[in-house]
Amino acid sequence: MSLVVELRQHLEAFELDAAFQAPARGVTALFGPSGAGKTRVLRGVAGLDRDVSGRVHLGDQHWLDEGVFVSPHHRSLGYVFQEASLFEHLDVAGNIDYGLRRRRAGRERRDELVELLGLGSLLSRRAETLSGGERRRVAIARALAPAPDLLLMDEPLAGLDPARRAEVLPYIESLSRTLAIPVLLVSHQLDEVARLADHLVLMDHGRVRAQGPLDAVLADLDGPLAAQADASAVLRGVVRGIDPRWDLAEVDCGGVTLLLPATRLTEGQELRLRIAARDVSIVRERPRDSSILNIFPVTVVNRRGAGAQVTLELALDDGATLLARVTARSAEELMLEHGARVHAQVKSVAVLP
Amino acid sequence: MITAGDLEALRLTLMLAAASTAVLLLLGTPLAWWLARTQRRGKFVVEALVALPLVLPPTVLGFYLLLLLGAKGPLGGLLSSLGLRPLAFTFGGLVIGSVVYSLPFVVQPIQDAFVRVGPRPLEVAATLGAGPLDRFFTVALPLARPGLLTGAVLGFAHTLGEFGVVLMIGGNIPGETRVASIAIYDHVEALDYGGAHGLSLLLLGLSFTLLVAVYGLNRRVRVMRA
Repeated sequence: MSLVVELRQHLEAFELDAAFQAPARGVTALFGPSGAGKTRVLRGVAGLDRDVSGRVHLGDQHWLDEGVFVSPHHRSLGYVFQEASLFEHLDVAGNIDYGLRRRRAGRERRDELVELLGLGSLLSRRAETLSGGERRRVAIARALAPAPDLLLMDEPLAGLDPARRAEVLPYIESLSRTLAIPVLLVSHQLDEVARLADHLVLMDHGRVRAQGPLDAVLADLDGPLAAQADASAVLRGVVRGIDPRWDLAEVDCGGVTLLLPATRLTEGQELRLRIAARDVSIVRERPRDSSILNIFPVTVVNRRGAGAQVTLELALDDGATLLARVTARSAEELMLEHGARVHAQVKSVAVLP
Repeated sequence: MITAGDLEALRLTLMLAAASTAVLLLLGTPLAWWLARTQRRGKFVVEALVALPLVLPPTVLGFYLLLLLGAKGPLGGLLSSLGLRPLAFTFGGLVIGSVVYSLPFVVQPIQDAFVRVGPRPLEVAATLGAGPLDRFFTVALPLARPGLLTGAVLGFAHTLGEFGVVLMIGGNIPGETRVASIAIYDHVEALDYGGAHGLSLLLLGLSFTLLVAVYGLNRRVRVMRA
C-alpha cells in the first residue's frame, strides 16, 4: 500500500504545502534543514493536528480528504517520537503492550520485536531507568508491536552520542529492510538518510523541493543537493573479499571493484558507500603509477557550472551515478562534455557509517 | 479535657473534610484538565474565579452562599418549593460551602500536574490506538498522580480548618453543623481554655501529619524519577 500525502497547514509564521508519495515498501526520508516542516508532515499524516487540509491516503484507507478526518487512534500507524517519549508510569513491557491491547494485534509480532531489538532483559525495568539508546529501542518496539500499516519515525537518533547512535542504527536498518510497510523517516543528517533511505523527499520552508529514489535525488545536478559544497553520491556494493596483507576489502560496486580499508567489514556484507563530489577527480588516460587505488572508467552524462567550479554527473558502466567537482578550467581543457569517456579517481570513500 | 461534644465535633469535621474532598476531586479534576488543555481566550476568567476563595474573606463567601442556599435564596427557594429542606444550616450546605472554599487548593495542583504531563504522552497514546477517555484514564491521570495526591490532601486539610464559611451557612447545630473549629471558638468564648487546647492540639497534629505525608510522598516520587 503506497502512501499519498498532500498537506496544507496555515500557521502564524509558517506555511506548510507539501505533496509527495511514498512507495509501499522501504524507507522514505523527509530530509531538510530544521524548520523545513518535516515534523509537521509526520504530525499531519498521523492526524495529530486538526487544522490541516489535503489528502492522506494509505492504499485504500483515506485518513484525510475533503470532509474526511480520521482520528489518530483510528489510523493504523506506528509513530516513533523524538526523544522516545516513553510512558514514565509504566515499565518496558507496559509500554510495548499499550498499543497491542488496543489494536487487538497478536503477540507473535511483539515477541519477535523484543527479540529483534534485544529488549528481553529490560521488560520489567521502569522507563526512567533506561539509557538513551535503550529508550529509542523500546519506542521503536512500542510503535511496531501492534503491526501497523505505516511507520513514522521522527529523528529516531537525534540527541544520542555517537556510541549510542551506533548502537541503535543497525536495529533501524535491519528493521527497515524487513518491514513490508512504508516507513517515513524524518532526518536532517545526510549520513543517516544515505544509509537508511531508499526514497528521498527534500523539504524546505514547508514545501517539497525534490523527490524520488535516493540515488537519483542525490545525484540530480538540477536538484538542490548537488549544488551544495558537500554534494555526494551513494553507491551500493558487496564485499567480495578481504586482502589480509594490506588489510583492504574488495568491494564489488556496479561492475567496478573498489578497494577500501577492511576495518569492520566482512565478506558478503552489503554496503552503502557515500562518495563526496570533491573527492572525485578526473583523468583522461588511466595513470600507470598513482597512489590512488580506486580508478575506474566512467562516462560524463551531465555538467553544471557555478563560477570556477563545475559539477559533473558520471555514469558507471552499470548505470550507477557518481558526482565529481572539478574546476571550470579543467573541465574545459579535458573536454569534459556529454558522452566523454574518462577515468574517475576516488580519493576517499565513506562507508556508511 | 475532651468532651463527648468535642468528639462529636471532630467526627463531623472529618466527615465534612472527607465528603468535600471526594466532591472536590470529582469536580476539580475535570475542571483542572479543562484549564490545563484549553486554548480558549476566556480561560483566565475561569482561573480567576477558581482562585477567588484564596483572597476573599470566608465570611463574604459564606454570606453569599447563605443568600443562595437559604430558604428565600434562589437555590434554597427552589428546594423548598420542591418540598425539600433548604441547604442552609445543614451538613449538605456545609459540603457545598467547603467545596467552593477549598476549590483552588485542589484545582491548582492538579492543573499544574496536567500541564507538566504535557501533550506528548497523550499523542503517543493516540497513535497507539487509545481514544480520548482511554488516554485520560490510562495516561493523564497516572502521570498526574502527585498533583492529584497534593490536591486531595490540601483540600482535606483546608476543610479541617474552615471557620468563617461554616459560621455563616452552618451555624452551630451539634451533630449537624458544629465542626471542630466552631467548638474551639465556643470553648474560648466560655473561657474554657483547657477544652480549646485539647481540640486545637488535635487539629494541629492532624494537619501537620497530613502535610508531612503529602510533602514526603511527593519527594519520594521525585526521587524515583531522578
